[in-house]
Amino acid sequence: MGAASMPLLQVANLRTGFVQGGEVVRAVDGIDFQVEAGETFALVGESGSGKSVTALSVLRLLPQNGRILSGSVALAGEDLLQLPELMMGRVRGRRIGVIFQDPQTSLNPVLTVGTQIGEVLAWHGLRRGRAAVDRTLELLEQVGLPEPRRAVSAYPHQLSGGMRQRVMIAIALAGEPELLIADEPTTALDVTLQAQILVLLKTLQRDLGMALWLITHDLGIVAEMADRVAVMQSGRIVETADCKRFFARPEHPYSRQLLERLPRLSACRDHRDAGGDAPPPTLLEVRDFKVYYPVRKGVFQRIVDQVRAVDGVSLELPRGRTLALVGESGCGKTTLGKALLRLIDHNEGELRYDGVDLSRPGSDDAQRRLRAQMQIVFQDPFSAMNPRMLVGDIIEEGLRALRPEIGHESRRERVETLLVSVGLPPDARSRYPHEFSGGQRQRICIARALAVEPRLLVCDEPTSALDVSVQAQILALLVDLQRRLGLSYLFITHDLGVVAEIAHEVAVMFQGRIVEQGPTAQVLLAPAHPYTRRLLAAVPKLRCG
Amino acid sequence: MIPTLFWTDGLFFLVLVMAGALVLVMRRREHFRRPWRTVSRSTPAMVSLVVIAVYLAVGIVDSVHFFPRADAAGSAAGANEPISLLDHWLGGLRTRTEKTYSEPFAAYAYAKEHLPTADGGQRWDYPRLTYGGAHLVDPESERVRDIAVTGVRGAGQGGLMWLIAAAGIAALIARSRREPIGRVVHRVARGQTPLPWRAMLLTLLLLCVGGGAIAEWSAHYHVFGTDKVGADVLYQTIKSIRTGLLIGTLTTFVTLPLALVLGLAAGYFRGWADDLIQYLYTTLNSIPHVLLIAAAILLTQVYMAKHEEAFASLALRADLRLLFLCLILGLTNWTGLCRLLRAETLKLRELEYVQAARALGVRDHGILLRHILPNVFHIVLISVVLDFSGLVLAEAVLSYINIGVDPTTESWGNMINSARLELAREPPVWWSLAAAFVFMFTLVLAANLFADAVRDALDPRRAD
Repeated sequence: MGAASMPLLQVANLRTGFVQGGEVVRAVDGIDFQVEAGETFALVGESGSGKSVTALSVLRLLPQNGRILSGSVALAGEDLLQLPELMMGRVRGRRIGVIFQDPQTSLNPVLTVGTQIGEVLAWHGLRRGRAAVDRTLELLEQVGLPEPRRAVSAYPHQLSGGMRQRVMIAIALAGEPELLIADEPTTALDVTLQAQILVLLKTLQRDLGMALWLITHDLGIVAEMADRVAVMQSGRIVETADCKRFFARPEHPYSRQLLERLPRLSACRDHRDAGGDAPPPTLLEVRDFKVYYPVRKGVFQRIVDQVRAVDGVSLELPRGRTLALVGESGCGKTTLGKALLRLIDHNEGELRYDGVDLSRPGSDDAQRRLRAQMQIVFQDPFSAMNPRMLVGDIIEEGLRALRPEIGHESRRERVETLLVSVGLPPDARSRYPHEFSGGQRQRICIARALAVEPRLLVCDEPTSALDVSVQAQILALLVDLQRRLGLSYLFITHDLGVVAEIAHEVAVMFQGRIVEQGPTAQVLLAPAHPYTRRLLAAVPKLRCG
Repeated sequence: MIPTLFWTDGLFFLVLVMAGALVLVMRRREHFRRPWRTVSRSTPAMVSLVVIAVYLAVGIVDSVHFFPRADAAGSAAGANEPISLLDHWLGGLRTRTEKTYSEPFAAYAYAKEHLPTADGGQRWDYPRLTYGGAHLVDPESERVRDIAVTGVRGAGQGGLMWLIAAAGIAALIARSRREPIGRVVHRVARGQTPLPWRAMLLTLLLLCVGGGAIAEWSAHYHVFGTDKVGADVLYQTIKSIRTGLLIGTLTTFVTLPLALVLGLAAGYFRGWADDLIQYLYTTLNSIPHVLLIAAAILLTQVYMAKHEEAFASLALRADLRLLFLCLILGLTNWTGLCRLLRAETLKLRELEYVQAARALGVRDHGILLRHILPNVFHIVLISVVLDFSGLVLAEAVLSYINIGVDPTTESWGNMINSARLELAREPPVWWSLAAAFVFMFTLVLAANLFADAVRDALDPRRAD
């Protein structure tokens, strides 16, 4: 009974590198693992740890400059690395199915869903003609698409993000694979959709009896889904363990670090720590705030309709506190943040900052001075800085614009002090942004915002593009700065774990309106609105099973 | 000798000064230094650069104009027509005109004439040329040997000049690197320098040897023959270099400001400004460019004919027509770059660093200058070097259909235009076309190779 003891996928001593300027840079550095038939195996690691490269090596889909240096990959005993390319084409999609992260770019936009699934069926010689159509419908039904008959003739852009990911799964399942590789299958999706897709994957795996190899950075997903876990750090697997044991007693220090840094819902910040029970004075007050985008049509660009991005929002942000604005993508939270900073014009509503009415057009100069009081930190630290400017110039830009009277020397001193206060060396001043990592860049962005001594910082998903460990550092920095400088934060996020860590109060936004607002502990632990409850239910918990 | 400055001369020097200033600015910016370093490591690019530099040197020398002194021997016609430094140096070539066509290296004319014979009669034969091969007693037997000897002598002189230049370059490298000169020579010879000095010096050797031979030959022969009125074709094609360079560079003087200002404004401010600018360039694009150019050139001609007193000299007129050609070529050529810049600006203005700058209270012109312009500048550079060769070719096409430069201006287009009739002769006169082709082809090929390297280095999508 050799077949029973043989794992479905056996990776041994795999080394993969990239050729860069004549040198080989190791991305995967001698890893061993196996995936048993019918189990869910999770490969966890932060970005750049080599987990996606491992999957691409197994599929032999490495980019041009990628090289498999040594090792073996055996699928049910057959070494995939020795197969000729033609035979490999019969393995991909047939015996191993793949789901990639982004359903937007993984589907061909000019082919209908039915054609794309039928292509897989035809290529692997599974079904043709009438039978293929039937099978396509069956697959679409299996992945839970409503109205599969309509979906067959739909183009990808006619489907929502979640539906597209379901189509991706249907394509991966079309070959009836023994192993399904899911590379960050839900990272591009909202938390409620994420939960649905995870449930779907789990059911499919159980029903079809295939093995699922899950690649993710999110330990929450691992806890929900996996039977076994392997933790990857800079090209090596540092720990492989049974899921239950892993979350109960992680052995490797890096695994422990990952688990500790994970934001938890239970870590609600005590909102009384600002001192005394007396509520601090209000800094920002918003009443009936509305932002509409016009929909224009025809030769004369007449406005035929409006998209109500923000539809009557009222908020209050006390001084020195953090208000988290939570919601899924498209709910209008970023629009609201930008409109508060007057980066987008609002249509209606009252906006009071420190008692001053900002909704009425005042003199240009006064407005620019008030601008300095409110600053923004963006999600993506890579596009948030001009790649052609030195870090020092980036940070002092606001000073130059708003305080031209400050001299060159004292400006330089200010920049250095700011860099130190966000935890960077002063000589970072004379370097370019591309020389820094994501977390360091986010620190520079914070320093830039702080340069003009704001009292309110709008943080638009400042940690979503960062790894868990870096995320924790940035959150700690923000909390520390709040304590030292008395800043107020409007913290826009979709991640409820982060909310628990940082916010005093939470406002939940849904379709342009705020559906629930209150102290963090109350909203997260005793949600009143059904939408809030749905959001919370969808967050993967660190429970195994 | 009274120096004078033509409009095109002044603008050409202005372009050179601005290009020099740009180089100085870019040298201080790391993000520009890096791609240019890649360009400087590319052998085809640097070989092309050597060729372009030689053309440029000729163009510069040809752009220094002055009125020659009307001395006793000076002809009346020579005194009020300014000549360039190049004309001065190539004096012989300019003045040694024959009666009509003659083949390259010929000692006899290309057409038969009635010649007086010793006995007082007439005979129908090819006459000897006034200058070409005039030093030969019996061209039939001596000519080939003489050509070979002169060629070798000229090549030798060229080689000697190259040796001096190469030694100077090696000494400069040795000084800047603080290395013994022997080692530098050794490394250059083995191609181990970061800059491809070996290939560049070999190109220079080729140019020196070829140039030396041509120079020596041209003292006694017409290397590329003569044209219909007996003027030396080599002189014409060398003079055409300036015209080609001016068309290629001065045009950017018009395209760049238009494309930059309108492209950035359309992309950044959007709204009615965008609509207006888009209508403008779509309208301009839908008029056939040749028509527009023809109309503009005819207008200038009419204008100059009406105000004859303002355009005293022939050279001044030809110069203004060249300038107007550059202007109108620029006016029809800015739309492509403008569209590219608008699209890129539309993308950049939504980027978060632009929004952050707006949140920091930076004014629009600050954002445009500090954030948008530096991030679209690679597009500008790429399109300028790519357009150069296209413009040189455009001049040839326009002159061919008679709406190009003034017929009195030496240009490759005019040479090709006249070649139309020459090729129809029997036997055909092929050398004008050949000379124009060789010189233009070399310049355009060099410019294209250089542009390729620049695009590869500067285009972020190609940089790896």
